[in-house]
Amino acid sequence: MTTANQVLSEVEYDVVGKRPVRPDGVDKVTGRAQYGADLNLTGLLHGRVLRSPHAHARIKSVDVSKAEALPGVRAVVTAADLPFASLSKDELGNDYNRFKFLSDNFLASNKALYRGHAIAAVAADNAHVAEAALALIDVDYEVLEPVIDVRAAMQDGAPLLHDDLVHTSAMGEVSEKPSNVASYMKFEKGDNAAGFAAADVIVEREFTTASVHQGYIEPHNATAHWRADGQINVWCSTQGAFVVRNITADVLRVDVSEVRITPMEIGGGFGGKVAFYLEPVTALLSRKAGAPVKVLMGRTEVFEGSGPAPGSWMRVKMGASRAGKITAAEIELAFEAGAYPGSPVMQGATCAFACYELGNGAVEGYDVVVNKPKTAAYRAPGSPQAAFGVEQVVDELCQQLGVDPVEFRLNNAVKEGSRKVEGPVFQKIGLVECLEAARNHDHYRTPLSGPNQGRGVASGFWMNRGFHSSVNITVNPDGTVNLIEGSVDIGGSRASIAQQAAETLGIAYEDIKPQVVDTDSIGFTMVTGGSRTTFATGWAAILAAEDVKTQTVERAASIWEVPADEVEYDSGVIRHKSEELSFTFKDLARQLYTTGGGITGTASLDPTGEGNSFGVHVVDVEVDPDTGKTEILRYTAIQDAGKAVHPSYVEGQIQGGAVQGIGWALNEEYYFGDNGQMMNSSFLDYRMPTSLDLPMIDTVIVEVANPGHPYGVRGVGEVPIVPPLAAIANAVEQATGKRMTNLPITPGSVLEAEWNGG
Amino acid sequence: MARVFVPTMLQAATGGVKEVEVEGRNVRQIIEGLDDMFPGIAGRLIEDGDIRSNLAVAVDGEVARMGLMERVGETAEIHFVPAIGGG
Repeated sequence: MTTANQVLSEVEYDVVGKRPVRPDGVDKVTGRAQYGADLNLTGLLHGRVLRSPHAHARIKSVDVSKAEALPGVRAVVTAADLPFASLSKDELGNDYNRFKFLSDNFLASNKALYRGHAIAAVAADNAHVAEAALALIDVDYEVLEPVIDVRAAMQDGAPLLHDDLVHTSAMGEVSEKPSNVASYMKFEKGDNAAGFAAADVIVEREFTTASVHQGYIEPHNATAHWRADGQINVWCSTQGAFVVRNITADVLRVDVSEVRITPMEIGGGFGGKVAFYLEPVTALLSRKAGAPVKVLMGRTEVFEGSGPAPGSWMRVKMGASRAGKITAAEIELAFEAGAYPGSPVMQGATCAFACYELGNGAVEGYDVVVNKPKTAAYRAPGSPQAAFGVEQVVDELCQQLGVDPVEFRLNNAVKEGSRKVEGPVFQKIGLVECLEAARNHDHYRTPLSGPNQGRGVASGFWMNRGFHSSVNITVNPDGTVNLIEGSVDIGGSRASIAQQAAETLGIAYEDIKPQVVDTDSIGFTMVTGGSRTTFATGWAAILAAEDVKTQTVERAASIWEVPADEVEYDSGVIRHKSEELSFTFKDLARQLYTTGGGITGTASLDPTGEGNSFGVHVVDVEVDPDTGKTEILRYTAIQDAGKAVHPSYVEGQIQGGAVQGIGWALNEEYYFGDNGQMMNSSFLDYRMPTSLDLPMIDTVIVEVANPGHPYGVRGVGEVPIVPPLAAIANAVEQATGKRMTNLPITPGSVLEAEWNGG
Repeated sequence: MARVFVPTMLQAATGGVKEVEVEGRNVRQIIEGLDDMFPGIAGRLIEDGDIRSNLAVAVDGEVARMGLMERVGETAEIHFVPAIGGG
């Protein structure tokens, strides 16, 4: 068995593509790295949040008087303390719904919309007093019937979460009747009816997936100090400090410049820390108490009060000819948005058929509110659910046609110039190369070795994104440089961004010191997420380095008293065209402060050119016929990374995403009681896979350079969670003969399928 | 002239026309031109003076960073696609 990870390279560089030590590694392995919970300010108070025990309830009154009277309690806040409470519907106009939903998810005003919904918060001298005070807050609820299933929520007569506030919006057309369906969208290409008429085989199935959590180890936390001069300082665990800053300022109705967010080290996010829950509440507590306040979530609060990935229902129908060509495809997706509109259903719809060259196709999506926490991003939001349906239907088409699943996918794969269902065409992409790597891999060529085993294949897609990033690079007198960035480092991005700066400057990686700083200290930078950071912040580092190069050329020209256009910068050497005059980067750095001052390169950009990314996974399983338990025997994940800037971290992203996908496929789900209460809100009962459950995840990095980035970077964090759900379901089907259309594929569900002949 | 692909959900407003050629130097002018041909369609694409929050405009396959101000080449392809973020 081959277990070594492979990199199939297209272009070699000096620093990009190498595997240097991460700058934050020592602090993290020695426990010195500072996370939010480690912060301790002078006079710090400790906060706790009171949460709704009901999934759906009208809040008739909240009496905090007893809590406020408890010795040691310094502040109590409710929704009445948020600016929304003092703004009328007329004042907010068209912004009413947006602002109400935003404010209410921090502290509920008139309704609790999920168990765990924040109702009030307390700051006290210590956490024990704060906990005791929560018990003294008297909330009068009128308990209402919850709706927690997406299909039930779409029915006429379903309990309405938002009374008359939410109507179905269909690209500007709004329904007269209020509904839990917040929006609907549809895209078509070609003529699906004709495509299905031309098909020799047609497969149509329905699928469901459960709500799952990102499972980051570090719970949400925030420390805030609302100073007497109006400045609000916040330290927190977030994927996007600038988003926290802007939304906190919005919710509190203060100037953006009055809010400074310092992102602490982050103990995992996977999309779940793009959303945030504590920061404005903690700031309000601080203002009321006149002291800094720290609030930490516990694990149950994380499960019940922060956003999971949405549960979903899907119907997929695809047709193909005997020649193995897809003739038509359609998918209908309904995603749970949680308590407020905004599920990733259109991401799912956009990704659903992205791996296939379709002449005819249609996608429809419904965004549906239910009595669960508002859903948050989770690696490639929406795409894993869609792939769970589509990739199983493709597998069934292959079975009916008697063709190899990799060959079928190759026969229908998108490539440069292919037009997506929603319209735009792909630039240079690497799906074909990934499928070829799968077909040629030792794993795919090695037969299964025993009974009750099956092999599954699935593809996955994420479009990747650019968005805003900023970097400053300052040259020090010894030739080292400080690189200042706003991208929180979740998966090794300090290293991957420093590598791109080093490559551009032609200096050693070790001479670059990257630092993630607060929102006052660098230009706007979008979240670390969407597989954008190494692409966009890396590009900002390249441009900042280019700015440094330009300034060093001008400085050298000034020193030599020659025109700047006679000087060039080549691999860390500044040289006059005569070749008689030259400085190394360090030589020039030493002279900067005696020849005109220091040099700082800056860049802020919002780049285009995102590289669409594809992955193909192959998995072998064995299903115990007596217990129904599925064991992963072998797993290989292949992905086009564009250029892998730091291959070890790319492999880590691929392995991590695959493992999370395995958990999603086999174990994980929010299990709800009849009254909408989550019944498994601890890691003991919410079963995530551990290293003991899994074999080594083998990886193959395929490098098809993205022409939209200077070093060909595409981004890697999203795609690897897309294929596992379907790949495992396909493998289980081969092992058992049972098509598992509902997640998770638990031992119980496998046995049930066996007993019911499903 | 730019080649504008009419979103499926707006094709009722165009009498089933899926694709039209429209003159304009930026996305705003393209939408205005589209609205001249099919009155009312701009209101389905624009809200509060900008592209609807759940929509994005793709010009030659790239999501327009400048929204209505995005420049449009003479032979550009224009699509209205779902606005999406990531994790």
